[in-house]
Amino acid sequence: METKVLPESLRVINIGLESFADDLRTEGVPVVQLDWRPPAGGNARLAALLAELDDEE
Amino acid sequence: MSIKDANQECVNRIQDGTAVWVDLLLARDAVPGMDDYTVFHAGPPLPWDRMPGPMRGAIIGASLFEGWAKTPEEAIALAESGRLRFDSSHHHHAIGPMSGIITPSMQVNVVRNDRFGIDTYSTLYMGIGKVLRHGAYDETVMEKLRWMNYDLAPLLRRAVHAAGGIDVKSIVAQAVQMGDEMHNRNKASNALLIVALARHLVAVGEAGEVARALKFIEDAGHFILNLVMAGSKGIMDAGAGIPGCTVVTAIARNGYETGIRVSGTGERWFTAPAPMIKGVYFPGFGPDDASPDMGDSSITETVGLGSLAMAGAPAVVEYVGGTPAFALETTMKMYEITVAENRAFRLPGLQFRGTPFGIDIRKVVKTGITPVINTGIACKRPGVGQIGAGLTAVPIECFEKALEAFAATRAATAQAGAA
Repeated sequence: METKVLPESLRVINIGLESFADDLRTEGVPVVQLDWRPPAGGNARLAALLAELDDEE
Repeated sequence: MSIKDANQECVNRIQDGTAVWVDLLLARDAVPGMDDYTVFHAGPPLPWDRMPGPMRGAIIGASLFEGWAKTPEEAIALAESGRLRFDSSHHHHAIGPMSGIITPSMQVNVVRNDRFGIDTYSTLYMGIGKVLRHGAYDETVMEKLRWMNYDLAPLLRRAVHAAGGIDVKSIVAQAVQMGDEMHNRNKASNALLIVALARHLVAVGEAGEVARALKFIEDAGHFILNLVMAGSKGIMDAGAGIPGCTVVTAIARNGYETGIRVSGTGERWFTAPAPMIKGVYFPGFGPDDASPDMGDSSITETVGLGSLAMAGAPAVVEYVGGTPAFALETTMKMYEITVAENRAFRLPGLQFRGTPFGIDIRKVVKTGITPVINTGIACKRPGVGQIGAGLTAVPIECFEKALEAFAATRAATAQAGAA
């Protein structure tokens, strides 16, 4: 008997490289790409300033 | 005061602000610091040698209008001689779209924020295409400018007085529910302005001049924009200068740099090179003809209109480019970088959710989402005028610089308090 790893209708939220989402789209799989980037674009100095100022929330 | 409390104070002041068109006056009589040979312009302060073509063109036109020069060549020589005093309109309770040029003999709208006792000034909107603010200055432009200044403005003054003032904020609140975003889509608001003015114009004017005035306001399409800009600045200025506040109180561009001001850092500008605009061009023009982003009209975005209200104005994409889905997405993104939702400006398509406002420099730096601006495009060559409209964004660098300065100010204040 065949066991399916994934359900028949796959719907995907992709976190990370958008090319993964593009490949799935090509295959006709519904996919939502999460628009995410590291805080302050990964700039450690600005991220530290943000953390300092976020404390006041 | 905590940042949270400071931001809330700023939000409260913005929510409570009013914008009533109360008068039209000569700039030399009304605008603080406006003397002879004085030129106020859009954006952060900028010397003549860095001004882009359309701003130079508008200064040439203004010099001809003032009688400071008889030819464009004389006007350029005058500017190069150092005889003209240039400054940012923002430093003088004034504001202007595109080049934003204001000189002493121009009539200005007076828009009042009664609640906080602030009057803000703007020139009269001239139309699209070949107009002074986009750097055009041929005789047709000069003739229109003279008619607006010496015929239209006095008539409007009498009508505005007869009306006891025109409530611009109220018109905006209605128009946002009728498909306007108030920067490049003013179809409903301009019509509402005409409705508010018409019976008073008829009461104070002669039939021919009233008909011409109404036709001009209708044809200009965005006549109300300059009133909304002055009103927006008056409202945002009430929220300026609050220690500990991270809300942006001005976004302005001079075609060389884009600058922002933040409530908690007072009158300082944080600037970055002005970006180009992705847009829709008038026939015969293209990106190679375009000047970088320019004008004070981004005060509409600062107060939560313009691109921040695009979800309620899908038709604006026919003018600035994009799709209705993009318009919705833009507004939804702007909620990510703002601290409040406007009580007066509500979007029916979003279940009457208030437009996002109170751009927080921390949220912009954290998310990398920058405020989108929809705007006109001027030709880079002086004398041509507007060649299209489109979309751009405020550079992230402005917010990064502001955040660093804000943190330094905050640290210095804490240190002084502890000493």
